[in-house]
Amino acid sequence: MTAILEPETQSTVEHAVRLSGVRKAFGTGARSVVALDGVDLAVEPGEFVCLLGASGCGKTTLLNLVAGLDAVSGGEIELNTARPAVMFQEAALMPWLTASRNVELPLRIAGVKRADRRRRTAELLDLVRLGEVGDKRPHELSGGMRQRVALARALASAVHGAGGGKQALLLMDEPFSALDAITRDVLQAELLRVWRTTGTAVLFVTHDVREAVRLGQRVVLLSSRPGRVVQEWQVDRLSAAGEAKTVDEINGRLREVISSHAAA
Amino acid sequence: MPPPDAGVDTVEPDAVAAGLDALDTPDPGSSRTPVWRRIARTAVPPLVTLVLVIGVWQALWALAFWPEFKLPAPATVGGELWARLTSGEALGFIWTSVHRAVLGFLIGVAIATPIGLVVAKVRFVRAAIGPLLSGLQSLPSVAWVPAAVLWFGVTPTTIYVVLLLGSIPSIANGLVAGIDQIPPILPRAGKVMGAGRLAGARHILLPAALPGYLAGLKQGWAFSWRSLMAAEIIATSPDLGTGLGAYLDNGRFLADMPTVISAIVLILFVGVGIELLVFRPLERVVLAARGLGGAL
Ligand SMILES: Nc1ncnc2c1ncn2[C@@H]1O[C@H](COP(=O)(O)OP(=O)(O)O)[C@@H](O)[C@H]1O
Ligand SMILES: [Mg+2]
Repeated sequence: MTAILEPETQSTVEHAVRLSGVRKAFGTGARSVVALDGVDLAVEPGEFVCLLGASGCGKTTLLNLVAGLDAVSGGEIELNTARPAVMFQEAALMPWLTASRNVELPLRIAGVKRADRRRRTAELLDLVRLGEVGDKRPHELSGGMRQRVALARALASAVHGAGGGKQALLLMDEPFSALDAITRDVLQAELLRVWRTTGTAVLFVTHDVREAVRLGQRVVLLSSRPGRVVQEWQVDRLSAAGEAKTVDEINGRLREVISSHAAA
Repeated sequence: MPPPDAGVDTVEPDAVAAGLDALDTPDPGSSRTPVWRRIARTAVPPLVTLVLVIGVWQALWALAFWPEFKLPAPATVGGELWARLTSGEALGFIWTSVHRAVLGFLIGVAIATPIGLVVAKVRFVRAAIGPLLSGLQSLPSVAWVPAAVLWFGVTPTTIYVVLLLGSIPSIANGLVAGIDQIPPILPRAGKVMGAGRLAGARHILLPAALPGYLAGLKQGWAFSWRSLMAAEIIATSPDLGTGLGAYLDNGRFLADMPTVISAIVLILFVGVGIELLVFRPLERVVLAARGLGGAL
């Protein structure tokens, strides 16, 4: 890969992002909903962390806070990276722009020069193996291809900001959950390949235990109402057998967490 | 995560991915129909209608239900139209009206666009003048003519004021509707890409609202044209020159039915013509780029 996609050289900064005692409540007074309370979590530079939790436990809320789309009600988020790039569950591509224009958009907004923009866009499209379809519009692409365009766009925005000692951070909110199983499988492999090539830190949200274990170096389990970190697993470099065992273990823990709500 | 040199992700995914892409990519649609057939398919039905209408008209005239001065023969009207067209007078009427309508419409766009943006994005302004805009849109603009005449006399100002009061609400409302219909995920995506208010409006809000805005423009044009005709029919004066509306009113004054019908035909012709020649192609391009608009 080319220069812009090289992993950052070793930095002196310790964390890419660190959350300490983060709290988020929606609304005020008696009707307020506490989505997150006392969340402590750190992501190291270049690390791939999967955030796992049942539906409605506050995963999206947490990503929004890190992305700066929403403000914390308490606690602190310390970001040592460039502005984080975000990939949503939907591709969220601009329907009036071609695939390559979509990838280019964050660079245009950042005021990158045209020739530079074009070059990086072409590189990123090649990286997600979409070099051929750059001039197609979103509606002419399959769901999986659209998600890959969204990935390339997120990388454009992550990698552009990075540099000058700043790390890149990619936030992903269940980006593959709307895809069919085979496409999801292929895209997971693509994501790992891209992550190894670019070396950005990734905070990946999912409710799928298998996906979390397959992708992450570390899996963080979030409880529900309010969301808070329950347990963490190191899942890097597991053998197939070790992976299966860990999936079972996390599944068991997740069930415990969920059933504890039935009693309440 | 499995070690980098083991597990599924090292199995070359190219072939599978390529296969999926091939299977899953939407079909670009069957081969395009030839141009002459598309033209035939859109032009023939209205022509049939036209022939039928003229046929019925001719029959009614032949039966002589009404006196000639109420229902002239199609040929008489055709003769009047032909005479005006060949003498170049009709072109003059059309030019007088169309240049007013276009100028007024452009001024309307320039005024209505910022209004629409502010109404759509500022909650207080929306609450304050949103209902007024909708109300004005349903007020027939001919209702403004007496007031405008009292304020400005029978002058071009009166004509433009009536036209603007007719077109601005519908253009602004179209933009508001266009912005309201933007999927909320798009501005959010813009925000995480670092787009501020201005860059967000330029790169996301306005292009995303374009289909609704265009619909508003189209309606705004129709309203401009109607308002202009209302103003021209009522506020006539030699100083104002003869537009299509004045030509029509002239026909009424002279009790000359062929003139009246000719004027109506010309007014219809210009209104529909501009919509077909300007707005329809524009809309087609904009919608096709977004994968919408199968109906056009
Ligand atoms: N804007 C909001 N206003 C009120 N409550 C919200 C809002 N966003 C999320 N919530 C609540 O916060 C909790 C967490 O939501 P979310 O972060 O979307 O969960 P997840 O992404 O894990 O499914 C849910 O109970 C949800 O109802
Ligand atoms: Mg969510």
